[in-house]
Amino acid sequence: MEQEGSDSTDSPKSQSPSDRLRELAAASRQIEEAELLNLEVTLEDALGPARAPTGHGELVRLPQEEPRNPDELDERRRSDVNEWGRSEHMREIARRVYDPIYKRWFRVEWEGLEKIPSGGALLVANHAAAIPSDAPVIMHGIETELNRPVYGLADNFFRTIPVVGTLWNRLGGLPAHPDNAYRLLREQDQLVLVFPEGTKGPSKTYNERYQLRRFGRGGFVEIAMRAGVPVVPIAVVGAEESMPTLFRVPSVARALGVPYLPVTANMLVAGPLGLLTYFPAKFKLKVLDPVYFDVPADRDRYSRSRVMDESEAIRDRIQSALYTMLRERRSVWFG
Amino acid sequence: MPNQPPAPTRLARRASDAVNIDPDGPRRRVLVTGLGTFWGGRVAQALEANPAVEVIVGLDTTEPTVELERTEYVRVDANYSILSRIVRATRVDTIIHTFLVMDPTQMSQRAMHEINVIGTMNLFAAASAAASTVRSVIVKSSTVVYGCAPEDPVWFTESTPRSRPAKEPIERSLEAVEGYVRDFAEDNPHVNVALLRFSNVIGAELETPLTRLLQLPVVPSIFGFDPRFQFVHEDDVIKSILFAFDNDLPGVFNVAGDGLLPWSEVAALCGKRTAALPPFATGLLTSPLRQLKLLDLPEEYEGLLKYGRGVDNHRLKNFGFRYEHTSTEAVEAFIRAVRLRKVVGANEPSYRYERDVEQFFRHSPAVRKDRRQA
Repeated sequence: MEQEGSDSTDSPKSQSPSDRLRELAAASRQIEEAELLNLEVTLEDALGPARAPTGHGELVRLPQEEPRNPDELDERRRSDVNEWGRSEHMREIARRVYDPIYKRWFRVEWEGLEKIPSGGALLVANHAAAIPSDAPVIMHGIETELNRPVYGLADNFFRTIPVVGTLWNRLGGLPAHPDNAYRLLREQDQLVLVFPEGTKGPSKTYNERYQLRRFGRGGFVEIAMRAGVPVVPIAVVGAEESMPTLFRVPSVARALGVPYLPVTANMLVAGPLGLLTYFPAKFKLKVLDPVYFDVPADRDRYSRSRVMDESEAIRDRIQSALYTMLRERRSVWFG
Repeated sequence: MPNQPPAPTRLARRASDAVNIDPDGPRRRVLVTGLGTFWGGRVAQALEANPAVEVIVGLDTTEPTVELERTEYVRVDANYSILSRIVRATRVDTIIHTFLVMDPTQMSQRAMHEINVIGTMNLFAAASAAASTVRSVIVKSSTVVYGCAPEDPVWFTESTPRSRPAKEPIERSLEAVEGYVRDFAEDNPHVNVALLRFSNVIGAELETPLTRLLQLPVVPSIFGFDPRFQFVHEDDVIKSILFAFDNDLPGVFNVAGDGLLPWSEVAALCGKRTAALPPFATGLLTSPLRQLKLLDLPEEYEGLLKYGRGVDNHRLKNFGFRYEHTSTEAVEAFIRAVRLRKVVGANEPSYRYERDVEQFFRHSPAVRKDRRQA
């Protein structure tokens, strides 16, 4: 590269970036070839030892790992809807409306909030009530107590409902897609809430209350491992009694194209209004010790047995915490 | 020039040249498809300014609409049946394939299929012929290939598969096109293939179904939905194609501006109100409106107006590409141009192409053998 003596001072400027580019191009070609074969290779893998710090040339910048704040918006913007669809303004309104419900109706009590780490973390909780009351409680609680946004991942079905889907999105809800969770956790150090039971949780009937369903296929553990963040299990008591399902009507659910159609005790008491009214069950939430996985982040695949073991262990911990809390609970309404 | 110092002019040029041009290397011979379209014309114009490009040959069914100095224009039929002869005759080393229809409202499904699928098939057949000199191919595709469904992630990366199988003709057409691109890349490992997927393009000049929606008296939306849209400025599109050309970028790249804007905010930026269409059975209302030519809403936009689409643009940025416009800035550039047009009227292109194909074959230095047979 220093073949032209007199111009050697110029050459680092003009040559190095192009060399870097060529290197990057070669690495990327390798990735492409792997992609064609359905393998997955990251840019870092392909660059391997060639990856050097960039000190020269403005042309080449390698992936930067600095956490980005999704709430930093273009000054030209007219609304404050951030890149995830969350709007702090809408969130503020929701906080004001929901706060009395949170404080007076459910009289929410937290235990162990300090265990939530300051970086990114995947919050995992048990899921209950025909129209789940636990997600807003957890999101509102952490936002007001810790002053940190929580992004809730929900079933895609939510997104297809007009108004509700959009509102849910503006309030910090997202479709449950691993890419969404990864980017929030890995790149932006956010708190993400998932309910691994999925719709199997809220669809269960009253006689099955506080019996955790299967934790999906352990996808949440895999996401946390890939993002290199801990899982923070949360046990929720109270949601089950806020809108208990008496029985389900699967045939009508199928006809309507909804995941499940419950007949709730609230409907018996309040008629159609029961769809909107929760019983004033006392909410108690307990944050359990975060689970750190001792595995490198950004792998394409993690040992299936390891993932399932971790998933099962977390499920067991939430289940036993629930039993402990229920043992100590004297009244459904007063805790 | 006896008193001139023996300063090596080659050297001086080397130092001053752009980083990615090697003046000693062979100068590039480029074939641009869709020369008559906005994209092909703009790309050819930009390539003309590049001294490292020796020959530019442009193909299209229609005459170019921009003034070109040294680009050779060849009129071809929509599906490029004479292409392999042109590739052989001109010995191009790079093909920039911009002639893909992204706007299905402008032609029949059949015509779109001819251009997109059959055209691309013939293009790659020509490029992979035994004696082909092609070493680099750049294809302009669209993020439409990711589809649009409630299961979608907020950001599609280049490797995220679409959530549901393609249904709309434009999606299936582009999927077939990308299939040919992949096959070609696999069969010709010595050829550098860049597939650029562009998000919703907007800017001062281009007209798309989206820009037409935004110029209606009220902007249609779907009740209860406020999807988020991503935009890329037309200048960034050209810039990215040239960036891929200069640096021989390999692989698939999303090209989209930073940021996602709610549809209502896009309308607000354009100074418009939205009018809600019913969320259920939207087609029942839009198809008569379409028949009456009151609303030009392609079917795939009904999904887009519910769920929107975002793509991750990090990969191209990591190669050093810099966008000049964010999504918001792209929309603003568009609306500024609309305001100007409202006052001074649309500037019709003053340029008319007159020379014809015959002349190309007779006089062009680009043709080396096989004089005119088309």
